[in-house]
Amino acid sequence: MNTIVKDNVKTLPACQPLSRRQIAERLARDIPEGWYVNLGIGAPLQVADYVPPEREVIFQSENGILGMGPAPAPAEINRWLINAGKQYVTLRSGGSYMHHADSFALIRGGHLDLCVLGAFQVAENGDLANWATTTDSAPAVGGAMDLAAGTPRLWVLMDHTTKTGESRLVRRCSYPLTAIGVVKRIYTNLAVVDVTPDGFAVREMVPGLTLDALQEVTDAPLRMATN
Amino acid sequence: MINKIVQTMAEAMAGIRDGSVVLVGGFGSIGQPNALIDGLIEQGAKDLTVVANNSGVGHVGLARLLETGRVRKIVCSFPRTADPVVFEKLWRAGRIELEVVPQGTMAERMRAAGAGIPAFYTPTAVGTALAEGKEEREIRGRKYILEDALPGDVALIEAWEADRWGNLTYKSSARNFNPVMATAAKTTIVQTQHIVELGALDPEKVATAGIFVSRVLHVPYGEPTVT
Repeated sequence: MNTIVKDNVKTLPACQPLSRRQIAERLARDIPEGWYVNLGIGAPLQVADYVPPEREVIFQSENGILGMGPAPAPAEINRWLINAGKQYVTLRSGGSYMHHADSFALIRGGHLDLCVLGAFQVAENGDLANWATTTDSAPAVGGAMDLAAGTPRLWVLMDHTTKTGESRLVRRCSYPLTAIGVVKRIYTNLAVVDVTPDGFAVREMVPGLTLDALQEVTDAPLRMATN
Repeated sequence: MINKIVQTMAEAMAGIRDGSVVLVGGFGSIGQPNALIDGLIEQGAKDLTVVANNSGVGHVGLARLLETGRVRKIVCSFPRTADPVVFEKLWRAGRIELEVVPQGTMAERMRAAGAGIPAFYTPTAVGTALAEGKEEREIRGRKYILEDALPGDVALIEAWEADRWGNLTYKSSARNFNPVMATAAKTTIVQTQHIVELGALDPEKVATAGIFVSRVLHVPYGEPTVT
């Protein structure tokens, strides 16, 4: 986070970018009770920490868990129960298991209310690039393309720019695509941005930031959201 | 009397031929039938195509099979783990072919194989590098690609409980790919933690019906130690 401020010190006014955890906390506020939600591996998983237990939100994991709960205390680990990130988790009361084909039928069939994924880039038409970069390690897609194609409401949680200050909100993705025209909203360390038929619309910014200053660090054109 | 329970690994592995397509259950190390994989190494079949979600961790189980050089091709969604040393080395050296398949498409291709469906249209991967060379078709205003069923010659499965008819239950998230792979292979070989009397399994809880199972070997190894 600090890197972004440093690299863009001339263009960003005095504002405090959010940490990854703070982005997760901000996003969690927008998840209402009753939603079925898949959280992607990495930073999106932290969103679950900020949904209070009394707000019943049901988390799904691609490896066949519906009603996933938080990490167990070390003494209470069930070694047969991991999430899609291969971390030990728990099952909430009311949770259930299913096999992989059913788990992805649920995803592809559009039954989830929300999927939150990380990303390298999001384009102004909603294209998502989050599975491969130009590095030479073996390509690995996991469930990202199924989640992106199948979930009606896809939100992205990511930093606004790369560590070297390049915008992750772009006109067209330069990285390999995960899915076309699927992202509905982006939560970054600087702003909450909707993807609309007319491009990116800024819903809110961190205190002290202006639309002009945000535009300076954003590749694609921005406007304020009207609703 | 039907009795699918075999007493030795040699009986379990009998008849697996060079060039076979082998479906290997598990998600990471959970639900991965490591004893059967070791048995396959001992049995010696080569020129194999392995279908598994991941590509093995460290030097055990699937990674150990790859290390023998008897796997010509691996079909998987996520050939990356905390410690994919064996696969990465083979892949970089051009000694193993990799087919990357979205996780849900992989599960559905096997479900289709087990259900007598030769191919199906899916929205997953449309417009991405993984759709290259595949038939694209617009159905009711949305684009889909055609994916082929993925049948196996052999499936290696891990169960929690089994009876002599081959009825199976699974433990927590160790269910994952196992039930769908059991349906998709000509010969399905099971390692199980527990053998129970016929009639002891609650019919409401049988997750794989014995019709899909060829052989059952009792392997009470305890708990998985890595994820």
